[in-house]
Amino acid sequence: PAGGAMEGLTLSEAEQRYYCDLFAYCDTESTKKVAPNGRVLELFRAAQLPSEVVLQIMELCGATRLGYFGRSQFYIALKLVAVAQSGLPLRVESLNTVKDLPLPRFVGPKNEQELRHTALYSSDADNSTPYSGVIPPPPGRVQVKKGSVSHDAGQQRTSTDQQESTSPVVSPQQSPPTSPHTWRKHNRHPSGGNNERPLAGPGPFWAPFSEAQPGSSTTGDPIWSGHSPPPHQENWVSFADTPPTSTLLAMHPASVQDQTTVRTVASATTANEIRRQSSSYDDPWKITDEQRQYYVNQFKTIQPDLNGFIPGSAAKEFFTKSKLPILELSHIWELSDFDKDGALTLDEFCAAFHLVVARKNGYDLPEKLPESLMPKLIDLEDTTVVPVISEVGDQSGEVGYSSSPAEAPPSKSPSMPSLNQTWPELNQSSEQWETFSERSSSSQTLTQFDSNIAPADPDTAIVHPVPIRMTPSKIHMQEMELKRTGSDLANPTSPLLVKPPDLSEENNMSSSKFVAGNTVADGYSSSDSYTSDPEQIGSTITRQRSHSGTSPDNTAPPPPPPRPHPSHSRSSSLDMNRSFTVTPGQQQAGVVAYPPAVPPRPPPSQGAGPHVHRPVDAESLIAHTSTSPQQIPEQPNFADFSQFEAFAASSVNEEEEDEIETHSEVLQVEKSSDSAGSLRVTKTDARVEDKAAASVPVNAGKGTTPLAPPPKPIRRRLKSEDELRPDVEEHTQKTGVIAAVLASQPSIPRSVGKDKKAIQASIRRNKETNTVLARLNSELQQQLKDVLEERISLEVQLEQLRPFSHL
Amino acid sequence: MAVCIAVIAKENYPLYIQSITTENELKFHYTVHTSLDVVDEKISAMGKALVDQRELYLGLLYPTEDYKVYGYVTNSKVKFVMVADSSNTALRDNEIHSMFQKLHNSYIDVMCNPFYNPGDCIHSRAFDNMVTSMMMQVC
Repeated sequence: PAGGAMEGLTLSEAEQRYYCDLFAYCDTESTKKVAPNGRVLELFRAAQLPSEVVLQIMELCGATRLGYFGRSQFYIALKLVAVAQSGLPLRVESLNTVKDLPLPRFVGPKNEQELRHTALYSSDADNSTPYSGVIPPPPGRVQVKKGSVSHDAGQQRTSTDQQESTSPVVSPQQSPPTSPHTWRKHNRHPSGGNNERPLAGPGPFWAPFSEAQPGSSTTGDPIWSGHSPPPHQENWVSFADTPPTSTLLAMHPASVQDQTTVRTVASATTANEIRRQSSSYDDPWKITDEQRQYYVNQFKTIQPDLNGFIPGSAAKEFFTKSKLPILELSHIWELSDFDKDGALTLDEFCAAFHLVVARKNGYDLPEKLPESLMPKLIDLEDTTVVPVISEVGDQSGEVGYSSSPAEAPPSKSPSMPSLNQTWPELNQSSEQWETFSERSSSSQTLTQFDSNIAPADPDTAIVHPVPIRMTPSKIHMQEMELKRTGSDLANPTSPLLVKPPDLSEENNMSSSKFVAGNTVADGYSSSDSYTSDPEQIGSTITRQRSHSGTSPDNTAPPPPPPRPHPSHSRSSSLDMNRSFTVTPGQQQAGVVAYPPAVPPRPPPSQGAGPHVHRPVDAESLIAHTSTSPQQIPEQPNFADFSQFEAFAASSVNEEEEDEIETHSEVLQVEKSSDSAGSLRVTKTDARVEDKAAASVPVNAGKGTTPLAPPPKPIRRRLKSEDELRPDVEEHTQKTGVIAAVLASQPSIPRSVGKDKKAIQASIRRNKETNTVLARLNSELQQQLKDVLEERISLEVQLEQLRPFSHL
Repeated sequence: MAVCIAVIAKENYPLYIQSITTENELKFHYTVHTSLDVVDEKISAMGKALVDQRELYLGLLYPTEDYKVYGYVTNSKVKFVMVADSSNTALRDNEIHSMFQKLHNSYIDVMCNPFYNPGDCIHSRAFDNMVTSMMMQVC
């Protein structure tokens, strides 16, 4: 059928010539008979048809059957492409029946060449297209030096083209947007060709030149040897053109030379001009080697150190020169400042530059940074595509990749996989964070864990790891360090992500109070970082930074008992009561983390007011509740707690009581206070406190708000152990049931004498209490859920009943 | 989960305000405006504390029968106000808090952009997307 179709295929002259040229283009092996599938497929892809259509075409023309594209198949396929592009159904019959079918249009890297070629064709063709008029102008557009070259070359080309005896293609090349009939020719295409790139927007597009890339100029068929890079290079800088036909391959080396020289000259031109010349293709926004080299050079003019950063202000000035509107520049910045640090690394700068260039050429800015422009990927591309540039790419690549080797391999493919790879590492680091957040108050834990879990979704999380991986590189780290020290809060950098763990480690090591505070703060901030969206990685870093930056400061002023938050009732009470050095720091962080949890609590606390003799203590209890969990893992706490060995388990009961009271929303307030009173006798062991505290996070982890201020009277009672007590007691929030349970427990009188036994006994008791409390907590949770459901249903009813009157 | 999100500058003019529903938009604007008073009141109440406590979630500013208004203030006195629908009863404080964190992060990103002059209206697409994603959750 293929052969038969060939006979039946009638092509107009223009079509004949066009197809012939295309075939010649595809005929890389110069067999004149068969076009390799690869090239043909490329061509068809450039036709911008859906893949199913392409497959259908292939099938119809018989190539699928044959496995290759013979001339006839090729012609049929081309015709079918034209049919498909015209929106007509693909039928074999349509091949001959459709009249006046426009030539198939192929969009893609080849476009310029084809454009130019078609221009040539049209120029000497009957259908006078504007191209003839177009050819002259471009040279004017080209930089002065190149202009002349291209012009000459263009004329030269024209003659050669004519020699080819291909008729001009009937192509509606008038308007840039219309995909011109692009000739798949070799890179060399007339520079003078009009720049109507099918892709180009309105902006006059510098007649893309096909210039052999420095690295690929060696082969005779450089352009198509690679894939996208060649096409980009064509458009990179307007260079002298070369005959587009394959027969002129031999000229490539020569033209390459010219182009090289021209190119170097070009790079010397103003940034604006060169910007205009470059372009990015619909194909992933790849940066060609020359482009990258140019960008690197420009980067050097601003920042000699290739591994350094360009500060935001310098970058702003630089890009403002491009005369793009500020809004667009702003968007470009957002896209390219990958780690959101307010400065551009080499990769970021190249990405930004590339986007500016694209924009100037009429391409719309993407909503998200194209994969190929992402810092990591750019490096990879360079390394994989062009060995020549690999060094440049590697430099930045290594810098960026030193800590993320896993990303290298797959990055070629969409960013997702590579980012996914970094995800596990991120997870590890996130583990660190999570541990920190665990240490933070229960409410904090809850909050941050939820947030932490949220971004676990691969899609959102994908972007997340990138900045983290980037910056940990040594060089960047150092830079970050410098930057960070330079402007603490003002310059959040990703090293923060790395830093906080270190900080926390150190903090843990030291037994200073700050440790606790810092740890907590870091934990808080680190977990905060994970609450942010993946796209806002930088912001997470920022947050961490600010937190890390501030927390040390916060805790820096040694835990002066009079906490500087008079407004924070908790804090003030804590200060008064707290003898723990750790407390203040923790409390601070705890307080920081606490506020969200607190608001719902006020009623209970107030309800407990009457029960409480000392409001202050209650507040301290609350604060303690939040802080004590943090204390648990910390050594100093334990050390401190050990002081309270004397306190028997009785205090456990009390704290349990407290917990009971505070925990129950409304239900048990009255009960707990009573039971609490009965249990006031005993004092809890420091360890008991810890355990109770541990149980509290568990409880809190269930999603309830943090403990409300326990009944004040309870606090008061343990006046002697006030300092210790609050910690312990606040963890106890149990309902009356627990209270009853506790009541059943023998209150252990304070026996300083029998420390060990008492402690152990109290420990045991506390453990039991904890389990009971945990159970109670779960029950309460369930009750809470039920109540909420009821509430919801009631509200729904109310909504239905209420007439639609909205304020 | 919010129906309206607004970013108010230090001088109490809006840098960014976006509502989910096109009708009643004015109502939300008005609500946000009135909530500024509550925000200021809370700020001054907290004012005695050191500024280090400032970057905080203000919590529920005031509830009305239809919706609740939450506030958040940064150290630079930039306020985020979120109006959430009351019908979303399950909206927990934690979630609101995390939403504000996200908002804050996005805002920081906008600030990091050298092309953004503090005090300008926020035109960032990334910020818009983030806000839209937060608001779309409701519907």
